[in-house]
Parts: sequence; C-alpha cells; structure tokens
Amino acid sequence: MKLGLIVNPIAGMGGRVGLKGTDGPEMLKKAIELGAKPWAEDRAVDALKALLPIRDSLTIYTYPHKMGENAAKRAGFNPEVLGSVGEETTAEDTVRAAEDMRRVGVDILLFVGGDGTARDVCRAIGTSLVTLGIPAGVKVYSSVFSASPKAGGELALKFLRGEVSEVIEAEVLDIDEDSFREGRLSVKLYGYLKIPYDSNYIPGGKVPSSHSESYDREAIAAELLEVMERDVIYLIGPGSTTKEVMKALSLDFSPLGVDAILNGELIGKDLNERQIIELISGRKAKVVVTPIGGQGYVFGRGNQQISPEVLRRVGKGNIIIVATRGKLESLRGRPLLVDTGDEALDVELSGYYKVITGYREYTVYKVVPASTLES
Amino acid sequence: MGVVKVRRGFHEARWEEPIIFELSNEGERGILIPLDDKIRREVGDVLSSIPEHMRRKDPPKLPEVSQMRVLKHYLRLSQETLGADLNIDIGQGTCTMKYSPKVNERFVAMVRELHPYQDEETVQGALEIMYKLDLFLREISGLDRFSFQPGGGSQAIFAMASIIRAYHKKRGEERDEIITTIFSHPSDAAAPAVKGFKVITIYPDPETGIPDVEALKAAVSKRTAGMIVANPEDTGIFNPRIKEFCDIVHEAGGLCGYDQANANGIMGIVRAKECGFDMGFFNLHKTFSSPHGCGGPAVGALGVRRELENFLPVPVVDYDPERKAYYLNYDLPDTIGKVREFYGVFPVVVRAYAWIMALGEEGLKEVARVAVLNNNYVMHRILREVRGADISYPANKRRIEQVRYSLKKLKDETGVGAEDVIRRMADFGFHLWTSHHPWIIPEPLTIEPTESYSKEELDEYIEALKEVVGEAYEEPETVINAPHRSVIHKIEDNSWFSDPKKWSITWRLFLKKHGGKL
Repeated sequence: MKLGLIVNPIAGMGGRVGLKGTDGPEMLKKAIELGAKPWAEDRAVDALKALLPIRDSLTIYTYPHKMGENAAKRAGFNPEVLGSVGEETTAEDTVRAAEDMRRVGVDILLFVGGDGTARDVCRAIGTSLVTLGIPAGVKVYSSVFSASPKAGGELALKFLRGEVSEVIEAEVLDIDEDSFREGRLSVKLYGYLKIPYDSNYIPGGKVPSSHSESYDREAIAAELLEVMERDVIYLIGPGSTTKEVMKALSLDFSPLGVDAILNGELIGKDLNERQIIELISGRKAKVVVTPIGGQGYVFGRGNQQISPEVLRRVGKGNIIIVATRGKLESLRGRPLLVDTGDEALDVELSGYYKVITGYREYTVYKVVPASTLES
Repeated sequence: MGVVKVRRGFHEARWEEPIIFELSNEGERGILIPLDDKIRREVGDVLSSIPEHMRRKDPPKLPEVSQMRVLKHYLRLSQETLGADLNIDIGQGTCTMKYSPKVNERFVAMVRELHPYQDEETVQGALEIMYKLDLFLREISGLDRFSFQPGGGSQAIFAMASIIRAYHKKRGEERDEIITTIFSHPSDAAAPAVKGFKVITIYPDPETGIPDVEALKAAVSKRTAGMIVANPEDTGIFNPRIKEFCDIVHEAGGLCGYDQANANGIMGIVRAKECGFDMGFFNLHKTFSSPHGCGGPAVGALGVRRELENFLPVPVVDYDPERKAYYLNYDLPDTIGKVREFYGVFPVVVRAYAWIMALGEEGLKEVARVAVLNNNYVMHRILREVRGADISYPANKRRIEQVRYSLKKLKDETGVGAEDVIRRMADFGFHLWTSHHPWIIPEPLTIEPTESYSKEELDEYIEALKEVVGEAYEEPETVINAPHRSVIHKIEDNSWFSDPKKWSITWRLFLKKHGGKL
C-alpha cells in the first residue's frame, strides 16, 4: 500500500499571532517576526501514528525535510523521499509534490495544511487521486479536512484497509486573505478533491452511516428533475449537490460556476452576474443552491455571481435550496445563513424554506441573515 | 434497602458459535422419517399435485443439522443476549422495555391452539376479549374505534397513511404530502413514503427542542394530506402546543395521525382526542405488557375517530345484541382493506387485556406517573453525578418518560464518545442501545427507565455508567477498545454495515457477494 504525505511546514503559523493566514512570503516573514512557530509537523506526526498498525505493509512517499520526511521519521516510518526543496518552501513545492505523488500512484495522499494547501493540491491533481486534508492551517473552510489529525490518520487507515470505501467529491474553499485581514469575508469555491467519506471522521458530518452522502445527492437530483417546470430557466449554483442534476441530465457544467438549464438543455455555462441578468431578463427563472462549506451559507459563500440584483429579479419564491440530510444534521439545529452583501435583501430572504433533502423528501428549514448571528 | 452492585467481575458467555449454515453436514437430519412401501403407496406421488412450472428444480439450500446440535446452537445464542428479563434494560431508549408479567403467559397458553379460520361460534370468548380491549383503548385515547390488525407500529403508521390516502380520494382531493418532525420515529416518515407520499420534515426550536410551530405553518399547503407525529418525541420532550399543531393541519385540510409509541409516560393523563388527532395507535407490545418484539409478533392497535371508522382495515369485531353474539364485521364501506392477514396477533391482545384488567384505571395512571418519576430521578442523578454528560436541549429540562442525553463534553475532554460508552456498558452486563437517529444531538445516548425497575436497579445502572465515565477520564483506552467481557470484541470495520458491496442480510447473499469465503 502506498501513502503520499505532503506537509506544508508554514501552515497555521499566522493564526497564533493573529495574522489570519500565511499566504505569500511577506506574511510568513511577518509571522516569524511575531514569534510564530511551525506546528504542522506535529499535526502530521499525530496523524501518521494512527497508521502504525500497518507500518510493515505501507510505503510512505513524501518530500524532503520539513515537507514530510521529518514527520514520517518522527512517527516511526522509513519514508521514500522524492524531489528536492530549498530552504524556504513555497506553494509550487506543494504542487510539484502532489504531481509526483500522482506519478507514483499512491492509494491516498495526506496533505497537512489549511485551505491554501488544499487549493495547491487541487490545482495540481484535481480529482485524480484520493486525498485527505489533515487540518493544520489557520483557515479550514474546505470540506476536505478530517476532524482532527488523529481522526485523519484513522480514516486513512480504514480506507487503506478497505473498511471505508465510499469516496466523495468535497469542496475546496478559500477566503481571500487580503479582504479577510481588512475585515471582509469573501469565500470562493476553488474546486473539488476526492476524499474517503465516513461521517465519524469528517467534521460536522456525524450522521448515521446507514445513508450514504453520494446516494442522497443522486436522490436530490432525481427529485429536482421531477419538479422542474417547462419554460423556466434553472440557474444551478456551485456545489457538488446541485451539480448532480447536471450529471443526471448528461449536461456539461462548470463545477465552480453558475450554469443555466432550460427544458433540459444547457443554455449558459459558468455565468457571471451580468450574463445571468441578461439571460433571465423578462423570463421566469429559478435558482438552485446548496449550503457551501460547514457553516451553512446559502448565499454569499462561493456563489457571489448570484448577486442581490439577480435574487431580486428571481424572487424569493423561486429559490430552491437542496442539501443532503447529513449536511442539515451537521448544523446541529443552527439555521442556514444568507450574506448577499445587501442587508435589506438578507432580511427579505430570511424565513422558512422547503429544502429538498432526497427523492420526494423535504425538510422545512430556517434561513436567517448572517448578520443576526454575528451581533 | 437492597444491594446496589457494580458487577466488575461480570463476563458474558462467549461461544464463538458458527452460523447455522456453517454447521451443516450433507444428509444430516433432525428426524429420520420411516418411509416403508406401505406409506409410499398410501401417500402416492405428492409432488404431482403441484403444477410442473411451480416445482423448484433444486432443493432449498437449508442447513442440515441434527436435533441436538440445533438445540445447542440456539441455547448458546440465547446465552449471548442481554434480554429484557436478564438485564436492567433501561438503555434501550424509545423501546419502552418493561416487565411483562409471567402470569399472562398462562392465559396465552390457553389460546395458543386457536385457528384463525375457526367458526365464530367457537371463539366467542376470544372475540369478546378483542371487543373489550377495543373499549378500553377507546377510554384511554378518546378515539372511537380500534383495529388490532397491524402487526406493529410501522404497519399501523402505514395503515394511517392508507386511511389518509383513502379519505382524500373519497373527497376528490389530490393531496400528496405528509408532515412529520425530525424527532418522531423514522417510520413516521418511512411508512407514508412507501405509500407514495412526499414527506416534509420539521426541525425543532434549537433552544427548547419543541417542534417549531412557524416551521409547521411554512410546511402546510393545499398539498398537505396529513401530519403523523410522535408526542412526546424520541428526545422525551412533549410538545405542549400539539393542539395548535393539529388545528393548523386541519385548517389546511389535512388529517392528523398520532404515533403513540411513546405513550408510556402519558397513559391515562393525555388523550389523542383532546390533542386534536383524528387517529393514532398504541403499541400493545412495549406499552401494554407484551415484550418488545424487535420485528417479532406485535400489535399496533389502530384507533380512529367516528368519522373515519369506515376506513379501518377489515374485519373489526362487533357485537350483535339480538343474537347475543360477537362477530367479525367485514362490512365497512370505505375500508382500506387489509394491512395484514386476520385480526391481529392474538397472544399480544390477550396480554394487553390481562394487563389492563389487572391494573384498572388508577393502575394505568400509576404506570405513567412512576415511569415519569423514574425517568426524572435518573436524569437528576446523571446530570449531577455523571461527568461529561448533559441532556439534549439543556435550556428545556422538562422530560416525560425518556431522555436523549449528550456525551459531547465527555468526548471533547477524553476522546471517549457515546459509542464507546455503549460498548463498555456491555462489560457490566448492560444493554445500551446504539440507535439515536438522527445524530443532530452530538454523542447521543437515550435512556428510558419505564415503571418496571426499582430504585436500586436504577441506581445500579447509574453506578455502572459512572464507573465507565470514570474510566474514560482515567484510562480511556479501556473504554475505547471495549467490550472486553462480552460475547464479541469491538468491531472496527463498520463497512460491513455501510457498504452496499459488502453488507448481506442473508447467507445466500453473503456467499454471492463474498464468493463463499469469509
């Protein structure tokens, strides 16, 4: 069995010193000046220790020194070290490492870091390998991370042993660090990674294993197809749950963007706000969205193309929210959130929605403006 | 005062008994039937009476095992259970595990030989018992007519969904949505779905755990066929606005069905009628003394208001004052037909009848009061003495007959979660159930003490729970790797239950999926 390991040695260093991320050399320098210490390696060791039971049959492929070699040795493994790195590692090292892991053909790739690291891995290999994020970053908005390093190691062990076989596409999200430091939150959906899925090990996903996440997504698409009306434009927002309907219709789609369907045909792909408005002008349109990330945002995270103006034109009654049962249960009763950037609209959009949760299954769920939670 | 003991030396039987199919030897038989020529001549060619196309080509692949081996096999398995008569079974929350008086089995033995096709004249006593049990349940619920045909709670829910369908059809209305709540039993959603309804689920208020009335208002429409809910719900929380809920559904044109599986704490105190329900069912198993069947013989006694009487499954038992005789009445003009053969599992009906006769009105109320008292006693002690435990929706401390607890704090502080505690409790001789759907409550644990257990027994359970939680803080690995003294070790590989490629519910399917090899 082959396991790939990539440690982003600087991940998480900004957090303790209040810097909200270490993307870019300037911020890293600032973090070190403020006394930040690397902790990603410790997190990697915690994760790897869970894999000791299969040490003899497992080969760990990793990058030199701080990028994984040290952690693997500390955890008690003799890793195969690939590539070379300089004194300071960069995002490009992560990308190269991930590409090397794909060439080796590892069974699973563990990467230790935050949303930035997940983006780099996603950029390099997309969904060509099964991966799993070990959380060590300041920002961990993406759904690709395990609940803790130990949980990540245990999940990897189960996957390698064949005890967990469900693999799902999970969202890679990241906030724009510049605007985040200025106090604005702008979360974008950057892509998807394939992860092994077991609700016991993925945060907020603690749901009984009798229903599978991938089955629920298909069931939601089946219901959506059944309730779709003729001559109405359906704007399909980003998210793997919403895009399942595109797959069901065998349509091309943009995984991260907004696509438009009319009578079962694709009439617009990866639309921006202006294109959406032009398209729906004078037409009846409905918006299909799913909460993105773990916090339950329906609007304002990863789907900013569906702007306040678009929503005003579409109308509250034409918003269709879809979410798997696991997703709703993971909110532990907390409401879904809207943060369109237009507070009056957020208030207007709040209320109860009949969320599609399966085939002929709905859940009435409350939506509130995100600002009411912050205050 | 009796002894309160923590059974640290407990060890359950561990037989490592193979599956019965694995014990099979070709040609081995329980009984060797003497087949001499005389018998062969008398009987003739039996198979020829079965049409050619209906005869199977290969004999069924049944296990071939001798009598004594079969006996040992099942005795061993029986030693590897923690049944209701063996342990303090309060950890099987939502299942109402209580004492079923053994004297009732003597009555059951008396009716065991009855045949469902016997002439009415020969079973007047049996029909009278059914008729009178119907009258008792009318008093307890305020509803007007009962059928004992459904073979369990889920089948009774299915029957309610069938009545809702037939009612709207008769009125010429197209309604296809059933509303339920997330903490009602999952069958309240599943059975209507099987019937073809769309299911709309409501979440509770996140503070109080009480179903959100505003969510209900958003859920009802001209598509609403009805609502099917439990109350109290599986959290032990009673919805005090249930009448308002029913009114809202009625105003929208829907019917209201009551899942009274959790009736043990409100029996004789709250009635379906006054809550506004049009129909409902009691589980005669669980609540009225028959052992909880877990899929075995049970009765979901289904009651309806006068206006829905004609929709009940047939037959119902009636009394003809002219003939002075009880009879089976098949003549209900709007009947949904049958949801099961015959009239109900009669031994279960007999036990319920005997149990009610023994207790009387005051006795039934006493059952409910003691069940509530026991539950609140256990909750009081757990909240004060069991470290890391809390109740779900702690802002609302009012619980009826059971409590869904949360061990989130324990998990955060020790890494030991609810599933670990559940497995470790088996090492002390206790069954603690794993099913607490949905997992909105983190690290859930549901305990339902019922009225049957003494204070000492409740104390024993709590002491064991404290012992396990103490271990979680001192030596967490012991709990995480439990059980150590039970019939089997911890099963790490959950995929046997979650992976469609691996799971198998029959031996044949197992062989098919796994090539005959384990």
